[in-house]
Amino acid sequence: MELFERLMKLDRRWVFLLLIIVCVWAYASSFSVPILVMPEVQSIYDKVEGLPEGSVVLVAIDYDPNNLAELHPMTYALVEQCWRKKIKTIFTALSMNGPGMCVQAIRDITDSVSRDKEYNGVMYKGREVVNGVDYCFLGYKPYYAIVILGMGQAFNQPYPTDYYGTPLDEVPMMRGIINYDQVDLVVDISGGNITDAWISYGQGRFGFDLALGLTGVMTAQYYPYLGSGQVIGIMGGLLGAAQYEKLTDNPGRAKDGMRVQLPAHLVIILFIIMGNVGFFANKLRLRREGRA
Amino acid sequence: MEFTSFLWLTFGVFVTLCTMSFLYKDNPFYKFAEHLVVGVSAGYFVIILWHQGLVPKLFERLEDGDWYYGFLNSSHWEYIIPAILGCLMWARFSKNYSWLSRWPMALYIGISAGLAIPLEMSNKVNKQLHAMMVEIDWANFFGHDGFNLLDVTSGFSQLLIMVGTISAIVYFFFSKEHTGVFGRVATFGIWILMIGFGASFGFTVMARISLFINRLQDTFDWGGVAFDSTNQHYSGMFPGVFWAFTLFVIGYVVYEIVTYLKQRSATTQ
Amino acid sequence: MRRQIPFGLVFIFGIFMVFQFFVPHEKSEWVYEFLLDWIIVIGIFALALGIWSLFKVSVEKIKQGKEGGNYSYITLVGLYMMVAFGFTQQTGEGWGLYFLWIMLCSACIVSLMRLRASTDSGKKRMWALASVGFLVAAVLVAIFDDAWAFFLYTPEGLENSMFEIFFDHIMMPILATMFSLLAFYIASAAYRAFRARNVLASLLLLAALLVMSRFNPVIPGAEYVANASNWLMNVPNLAAQRAIVIGIGLGIVGTALKIILGIERGYMGRG
Repeated sequence: MELFERLMKLDRRWVFLLLIIVCVWAYASSFSVPILVMPEVQSIYDKVEGLPEGSVVLVAIDYDPNNLAELHPMTYALVEQCWRKKIKTIFTALSMNGPGMCVQAIRDITDSVSRDKEYNGVMYKGREVVNGVDYCFLGYKPYYAIVILGMGQAFNQPYPTDYYGTPLDEVPMMRGIINYDQVDLVVDISGGNITDAWISYGQGRFGFDLALGLTGVMTAQYYPYLGSGQVIGIMGGLLGAAQYEKLTDNPGRAKDGMRVQLPAHLVIILFIIMGNVGFFANKLRLRREGRA
Repeated sequence: MEFTSFLWLTFGVFVTLCTMSFLYKDNPFYKFAEHLVVGVSAGYFVIILWHQGLVPKLFERLEDGDWYYGFLNSSHWEYIIPAILGCLMWARFSKNYSWLSRWPMALYIGISAGLAIPLEMSNKVNKQLHAMMVEIDWANFFGHDGFNLLDVTSGFSQLLIMVGTISAIVYFFFSKEHTGVFGRVATFGIWILMIGFGASFGFTVMARISLFINRLQDTFDWGGVAFDSTNQHYSGMFPGVFWAFTLFVIGYVVYEIVTYLKQRSATTQ
Repeated sequence: MRRQIPFGLVFIFGIFMVFQFFVPHEKSEWVYEFLLDWIIVIGIFALALGIWSLFKVSVEKIKQGKEGGNYSYITLVGLYMMVAFGFTQQTGEGWGLYFLWIMLCSACIVSLMRLRASTDSGKKRMWALASVGFLVAAVLVAIFDDAWAFFLYTPEGLENSMFEIFFDHIMMPILATMFSLLAFYIASAAYRAFRARNVLASLLLLAALLVMSRFNPVIPGAEYVANASNWLMNVPNLAAQRAIVIGIGLGIVGTALKIILGIERGYMGRG
């Protein structure tokens, strides 16, 4: 019994240390975890895969560095898939630090697309991705709900210029793209409330196809929208990102990170079990003492 | 990768460890990182607001006007009104005129509230209610391929979604006492809610671990760059910086351990 | 007057927005578009308020010599540097005396803060002289160094490599690490607080364990666990979250109505 009591009073820093050791060990080891693709992720992939060359996808980078671990891999896999298939992309960033995240993603994916690569048995030649031709980065504006509604009227209403200061009317890619009517899919990759605005003020008002990339914390809350058909799919957390990486045959940081999730989760499950065993043992002891 | 970029990468690892050190205790390294990021983030936002906000949304629209006319001769003079309203927000800093800041706030709140009523009602309430009112698939009540209760499209699952949602809504209905049949429905509702919260917790654990994994990935990548001899700019300076930094970290950890042991022996005596 | 006009504004614009949604007209659409645009402009000023507050708090901390006030220098220098990078960009290959200019301006800011913080008149004079000296030197460097230039009205500064470096190697790692600390606190919480005390807590615990085990190939019946977890997410979780969404929706609509009709007035504050 003393053992349980001592365990219950353990300094939390020992718990931290154990978790660090397990994670570092798992990351340094070389094993992989099988990724099972869920229908809600598959539907996003199928939608993008079904789009013809020249289609337009709006990718909303609505996250800050706080959530980059889960959401950056989704952006990388999805945008690379679009660019390899010569699908044009419009980027928006409606969170405060979103522009920096978007700039970094564009820089890295442009670099990746410039190299020849094979995905799912299809060889894609490397090509130069050109700003204003293959993509248009609109940048940041405050009050996301108002911006989302404004883009429904016309993109150049909330965004007179793109992120780099070019008037939107002079961006070659945006010729003929007035509002959501010319966009084939909107993917909101978000770490906060902006998703609600995309659902209520964007999809709800203008009726476009909306897919979500969400942090793990948010994922469970958005299943009702999947059930009601308001969103076509959800990528939830690092697992969702890893599933998308698997589908696009473009393993990146999400798939790489999943092998750490496995032992880390086992440790936390172990903590929960230990905590409960200690709790019940203590309860039993108190009951026995009461009887005596 | 060039050596300068590697040095910045090293700095990134340094501030990562500074922040991580908070797990042990609050310390000057953590405070340094904390204050640095607050300042840099604020500076970043100033620039984004300026270049992405003020310049395209206001200055460029008023640029064909003259300042000595108060830009009233500009072709988009009407944008002076939101600019003035925006400036009124700053009246919050004044004790006597802070009430002026309510005007722009009222405009924003009025517009937001007006927008919210039809859109939230339609998308959060009506569409969800509509999705709940499905015809139960009685023919496949226990699953499509034989008995399978885990079939998410089975009649059983459909019924559970409907009953679960109604019960959970009943639980939130506090105008009637939770007794009798109503109470039992509410109890089932709280069970369903607890399962939902449990699922959220499960996902949250994955989310939090993911964030730490990302920091591990960055740190390991930095180590990889330090010893990547295929790098065309590679030199002995790369591992040199790596080892110098590693020794510094080890030195600090040893210092902390020695301090801790000394304190402990002093307390014991 | 101080409260009536704002209430009137809320009522008029609130009702207009609802009306415009149900009865869209060419003219009301025109007003609607204008209002959306205006709000964004107002928002920019409102957000700048927060940054000014931070600046004020940091300066006050230094001035009052509060504990940890010295760290405010780091905040202010970090803020200044990011702003400076965002308004400047190199015009040729090299950077010239750019970094000297950055350091001189930083030194000027620190001197000014020291000037505000010092109480001794001799020290005040010293810091005043130092700040003027640094400022003059910085201005001279800015005038005579043509390796870089100021870009106030065009966003060249957004592509300044130093601006990007500060984002990538300072903001990103620190913010990401701050949130990654939560992994450890959730582990600690799981150990200390996650107990099957009663039926409700047990349900929560079991659902969490099931979801946490869903991608775990080493436990027995892994495929069954994955399917069960998928069912749990798409059926009971969906039901729970749907009830919450409906509740939130009704709550938002109710609050919005109360605001428009002037029943809810808390957002106005006092006075």
